Amino acid sequence: MTSIRARLFLILLITTGIVWLSAFAWIYMNTRAEVERVLDARLIEAARMVNSLINSQEISPGKAAALPDQTPKAHTPYDRQLSCQIWALDGTLVARSESAPGQPLTDSTAGFSETVVDGETWRVYAVENDALGVRVMVGDNLRVRDRLVRDVIRGLVLPGLLTLPVLAALIWFSVRKGLAPLNDMARALELRPASDLSAMPDSNSPTEIKPMIRSLNGLFARVNTAREHERDFTAFAAHELRTPISGLKTQAQIALTSDTDAVRDQALRQIIVGVDRTSRLVRQLTDLTNAENGDMDSGGGAVSAGMLMRKIAEDIQHHHPTAARIAISDELENTPLRANETLFMLATRNLLENAVQHSPADQLVTCRVERGAHSIRVLIEDCGPGIPEDELHKVCNRFFRGRNKTVLGSGLGLAIADLALRRMSAQLHLQNRAEGGLRAQMRFQI
Amino acid sequence: MRILVVEDDEVLLNGLQVGLGFAGFSVDVVSGCADAAIALRTSAFDAIVLDLMLPDGSGLDLLSHLRAGGTQTPVLLLTARDSVMDRITGLDAGADDYLGKPFDLDEVAARLRALTRRAAGHASAHLVWRDVVLDPASMAVTRDGVFIRLSRREFAILHALMERPGHILSKIQLEERIYGWQEDVESNAIEVHVHNVRSKLGSGVIETVRGVGYRLAGSGT
Repeated sequence: MTSIRARLFLILLITTGIVWLSAFAWIYMNTRAEVERVLDARLIEAARMVNSLINSQEISPGKAAALPDQTPKAHTPYDRQLSCQIWALDGTLVARSESAPGQPLTDSTAGFSETVVDGETWRVYAVENDALGVRVMVGDNLRVRDRLVRDVIRGLVLPGLLTLPVLAALIWFSVRKGLAPLNDMARALELRPASDLSAMPDSNSPTEIKPMIRSLNGLFARVNTAREHERDFTAFAAHELRTPISGLKTQAQIALTSDTDAVRDQALRQIIVGVDRTSRLVRQLTDLTNAENGDMDSGGGAVSAGMLMRKIAEDIQHHHPTAARIAISDELENTPLRANETLFMLATRNLLENAVQHSPADQLVTCRVERGAHSIRVLIEDCGPGIPEDELHKVCNRFFRGRNKTVLGSGLGLAIADLALRRMSAQLHLQNRAEGGLRAQMRFQI
Repeated sequence: MRILVVEDDEVLLNGLQVGLGFAGFSVDVVSGCADAAIALRTSAFDAIVLDLMLPDGSGLDLLSHLRAGGTQTPVLLLTARDSVMDRITGLDAGADDYLGKPFDLDEVAARLRALTRRAAGHASAHLVWRDVVLDPASMAVTRDGVFIRLSRREFAILHALMERPGHILSKIQLEERIYGWQEDVESNAIEVHVHNVRSKLGSGVIETVRGVGYRLAGSGT
């Protein structure tokens, strides 16, 4: 069942019903026992009374026997409850009361017994009067006793049953009332526009709802942060795309208006460079998002650093056939690294692209490995201009393009490499080599 | 008209150089704040096209520095950030106009013409001197209603002289104004252009002030 209200209602109704039923059963048993006790006491009392009357000769058993059987008159339900018989010890009926049957009410000589006479069950108390040779039997009709108990119970149950719908309505209403804060919250959430991620007020809410509101507010805050981050990033990306797009547009306008072939060709070549750079920028933006949000576990298995770097190097050289070549040391080939493959490739691709683009075409970009006590360091060394010392600390900032930038540079490559490595708990360390060029160091903890 | 473009994106920089050249400007380009500061110290420009985000600093800082140093040259900011707040900041820092990227090349040219026109104290888009009418936008010159075809350089010389009819412009000033740094200038180039303008417009327009330079005829007397 999904509705808390219906569930509460049903539970309350069933438990109330059970409590009521148990109460009825208990009252029934109790009443019955009590009725039995009281009426039994009365039986004893009545038998003794008759016995004492016989003793004091106030009743003559002989006269009583002569009384004719009288037809029963109209009675109230509780009339004719008691019957009295006086039997001689030899088995002759000496006397009987108006409602008493002709047969003996019991075979028992003394004390309580139950007998069925003419289809009626009697509870009988017998007293023997040895002095006069009579036995006094006083019987109580059990049907009448049962009716008494039944009437008492009916008097209780009927009003109970009649008030049950009222009780149900009251329970329903109370449950509704009790759950109102929950409904209010649901309504408030429902009316909220998707853009509204402000915290919900929890000062006036019941203690049971407060934890939920707090959790919700926590979620709102997290979603808000993520969204702001995304918005900033989108704004930044859109902003960064505007410049290359302006370049493309300007060059296209030149190509359209120029009537000189040389100028037009030059403009078209510039457009191609612009498109290459813009598409690289778009790819890097996607990479950055992936490195940031991708579901990558850093504790993944070992990757073969050399094999992956060779793959990337081949791809780079395929796209930039005239650029500097990449050499990968044999030792690196045989180095397994505990790293996430995708993140490692993201970092390496951007570092290698940078190295190749900054290096003179006739110089090698070398990749090698150094093993320390606590870390494995993968090094990428180029013979380019390096990075001015005052820019070293900010080159990993997004969209930072330093003085030694290339035509294709977007200012994102090092930011991606840095982010991807940090996600693998590795570090990127950049330094200018004494012999010229840049050394990019990826340090992996062992 | 000589323009300095400060922009770090090479494709765009090249586009502006070529495109504004088509529109009759003589364009010099630099790609950073430091280079721009040097260029501005060594040459006179009629207007500056300035990008805000440069690798070695913000264009705004350069602009504030220029204005603090008393440079009056009109500045057109060209930037990817074109929210109202950005525009206000840019204009308050001393820019004369603001254009968001991506822009239209023709619009950049038109705004530069408007900026230089205003800086020279003209209200009309056309320059009129006697019966000579010069339209910088269409690079057209008419005399007495008759269209006269001038080359880009010839037009630039006439334009420079017509902007300030009373002023004498030296040969060096004219050279600076119509040639960029990268262009080779023949030593007699200005004389040749002036000669051509005279032969097309008639001799009564440009007057040589011996040993000093050129000006529009009759304006000095």
